[in-house]
Amino acid sequence: MSDGSMTIGAAAVPAGAARRTLPAHGSRRTYSAYALVTPAAALMLIMLLGPLAGVIALSFTDYQLGAPHFSWIGLANYQDLFADKVFWTALRNTLAYVLIVVPGAVIAGLAIALLIQSGTSLRSLYRTIYFLPVMATLIAMAVVWEFMLHPQFGLVNGILRGAGLPAFAWLQDRSTALYALCAIGIWQAVGFNMVLFLAGLVSIPKQLYEAAEIDGASSGWARFRLVTWPMLGPVTTFVVVISGIRSFQVFDTVHVLTKGGPSKSTEVLIHTMYTEGFEFFRSGYAAAITVVFLVFVLLLTLVKSRLADRGVHYT
Amino acid sequence: MSNAHSIPFRAILRHVLLIAGAALMLAPFIWMISTASKPQTEIFSSELHLIPHQLALAENLREAFAKANLLRFLLNGVIVTISIFVLQIMVALPAAYALAKLRFLGRETLFALVLFGILIPPQATAVPVFLMLHKAGLLDSYAALVLPFTISVFGIFLMRQFFKTVPDDLVDAARMDGISEFGIVWRVMLPAAIPAVTAFGIFSVVAHWNDYFWPLIVLNSEQLRTPPLAVAHFRNSEAGTSYGPLMAAAMVIIAPLVIAFLFAQRRFIEGITLTGIK
Repeated sequence: MSDGSMTIGAAAVPAGAARRTLPAHGSRRTYSAYALVTPAAALMLIMLLGPLAGVIALSFTDYQLGAPHFSWIGLANYQDLFADKVFWTALRNTLAYVLIVVPGAVIAGLAIALLIQSGTSLRSLYRTIYFLPVMATLIAMAVVWEFMLHPQFGLVNGILRGAGLPAFAWLQDRSTALYALCAIGIWQAVGFNMVLFLAGLVSIPKQLYEAAEIDGASSGWARFRLVTWPMLGPVTTFVVVISGIRSFQVFDTVHVLTKGGPSKSTEVLIHTMYTEGFEFFRSGYAAAITVVFLVFVLLLTLVKSRLADRGVHYT
Repeated sequence: MSNAHSIPFRAILRHVLLIAGAALMLAPFIWMISTASKPQTEIFSSELHLIPHQLALAENLREAFAKANLLRFLLNGVIVTISIFVLQIMVALPAAYALAKLRFLGRETLFALVLFGILIPPQATAVPVFLMLHKAGLLDSYAALVLPFTISVFGIFLMRQFFKTVPDDLVDAARMDGISEFGIVWRVMLPAAIPAVTAFGIFSVVAHWNDYFWPLIVLNSEQLRTPPLAVAHFRNSEAGTSYGPLMAAAMVIIAPLVIAFLFAQRRFIEGITLTGIK
């Protein structure tokens, strides 16, 4: 400890003076520390913090890739953005996607975790099966889903027809396309949430259930309401926020399956950003969309860190 | 309803519900394998059947490998994910050690920046990083796929937390033996941190093997394509015609990770749920 405080002193005092007053190994260790963190600090500046500042700065310019010069245009990008119907459609679709996928994937994840944990047999087999979609490359599975949703030869419509129900052109129909993407999103996220819930369930002390039983909570529902749900509260909020942030970033399935169509019914924020920034190379405008996206994600992150401060720790 | 009666009933109900859910989760995988095993005529028939009447898996695989250079794309995936992981460790471990065990001016600030960096979603920096790579003439190269991910603030955070738990005595003993601070990182801390490094490795490899967004942005050349990009291109070029080979290609692309997962489930689940902390 004392050695440490000396080292801090050494860095604060001009180097020549420090040499004379401190044992050599202390200052050498300080130099080592700087040598050790320099690559990471430099890369962090170049690849993360710099670009973050850059994206905000860019959003106030009319920069286009390949254009000879650019100028500062103040809030014009944002004015254009807020006047653009496509942007509002994208924002609405993104929010709809989040509002469907988050409850869907959280409730299903919790239900599966509770079911798995309520017995002892085949636990790890079930866990493996439900986790499989989290592992599998989403793009590859999206292509499989597309074929399952094929209007004529797909599995889904085949089953519906077999049951005497009406079939749909899922991804080609503007009234169903977003819901189809939501279903894929839920399918992919459930296993991840399940694992987080399982970890939460394991950490609930057994005595609480025994105490609840003594107090007359005999039904499974009563035990859930009195013990499991309150004890799981922090994990649940955490899972909700994580799922929210991830759903906000939805892109892969949209880009490969619908390109935002039909007639913009599945256009989402990151897809609009991608189209503007990397297909039309309107970097400034894409930067403005990125900033809007960042605001939403950081709001959710803020909620998460607030909760972490209240004593929920996962490390 | 007696107790003896209700317990097996509940156990059966649990399995019924879980198996129904599992069927839903597995349906795309099963349908993928089934379709990859069927000849064209059976795929385009309105009558549903799971088991192919005539097995055509080999033909479909052969066609998939003939139409797309799948081996090359898998190799690209391996090159990119391994490069990213090795560089991430080379950058993150020394920094994590310094943050955990050394005292220097600016340490708290650096750690605060690391924590802040964790909050930044990868899409947020895409436009400026792309412009930088463009200016540097690095677009459409392995470098473009790897360089932006060499810094993992999450990796630094994770390793720093782990190093905090390594006893100081171990570090002091190494210093007594005359090992430099740099040597301590690789010869003392790395061996002690193998479980954390493994978990982070799984997290990193899975994330970058499956990544679609970034390769899509920076790549043009066919020979550099990563596995997800390869499937997407395969799908676009064969639009709605050869589902058999397409499903076979999807199978090939997901196989390496899925097989690895089935062999080391616990480690994989640990590694991937690390993102939960993120």
